[in-house]
Amino acid sequence: MGEELRLPIAADVDVVEARQQGRALAAVAGFSSGEQTVIAAAISEIARNILMYAKKGEIILGLVQNGDRQGVSVVAIDQGPGIPDIDRAMQYGYSTSHGVGAGLPGAKRLMDEFEVDSVVGRGTTITMKKWRRSI
Amino acid sequence: MEVPILRQGQYLIASIQSALTDADLSHLREALIAQVGRSRCRGVIVDVTALDVMDSFAVRTLRDIAHMARLRGAETVIVGIQPDVAFAMVQLGLTLKGVATVLDLEEGLAFLDSRTKATLDTKPKRGRG
Ligand SMILES: Nc1ncnc2c1ncn2[C@@H]1O[C@H](COP(=O)(O)OP(=O)(O)O)[C@@H](O)[C@H]1O
Ligand SMILES: [Mg+2]
Repeated sequence: MGEELRLPIAADVDVVEARQQGRALAAVAGFSSGEQTVIAAAISEIARNILMYAKKGEIILGLVQNGDRQGVSVVAIDQGPGIPDIDRAMQYGYSTSHGVGAGLPGAKRLMDEFEVDSVVGRGTTITMKKWRRSI
Repeated sequence: MEVPILRQGQYLIASIQSALTDADLSHLREALIAQVGRSRCRGVIVDVTALDVMDSFAVRTLRDIAHMARLRGAETVIVGIQPDVAFAMVQLGLTLKGVATVLDLEEGLAFLDSRTKATLDTKPKRGRG
């Protein structure tokens, strides 16, 4: 694995910064502009969740390689309240904040790999990856 | 990053110039709704050509703008959603249900012209019937 980019998330400008850095990294990895937007949208949702539910946290962006496949990884970490029922939180329309409830299920759909690790009272870690389609 | 709002005839035109934070989007919503009330305009155009991403907060804010403007007697049309942005938006499961969208500013103006004319045309008929 190559370099990592660690981005603190503590204000709404950080959400924009994280998705723009994600887009830039996806461009470096050779993703199409459409895929860059997809990755940026997923980061935007996950970063906003950190801000909204945990107040602060971190997004770690990295390049990943699997054989000759290249991809980007996005890890979102917070020490917030955690998610009591992950299955429910992953359902479209479920929201504890009168939100749209599209963030988690939507980000999962946008990315190729999506994993939620959450412990109530300890925090949440979301790991997502997107792989370049081999040509 | 404040979004400039221009007045053109009976319409307000908000041209988003760059990526917006959630606070920027909320400000835009409040500014537009206040101006719709003050200026008694008939239509609102929000140009999102420069928006990098349409995530759930952006979509919700645009829907709120359209619904609140309608309550104050103005039609809203969203112009300039880029194909990549639209694709990601759909994948996220987000729709602009009930909000008009067209390709560009010119079409937006034409849409509002036809909409406001249509209401003017139907008004006397309704009055008689
Ligand atoms: N980082 C997080 N920490 C704690 N709870 C979270 C976090 N992310 C998501 N959740 C929970 O999962 C729910 C669903 O999230 P999401 O799909 O993004 O929808 P929304 O944010 O619109 O509610 C949230 O309402 C919240 O209860
Ligand atoms: Mg969310």
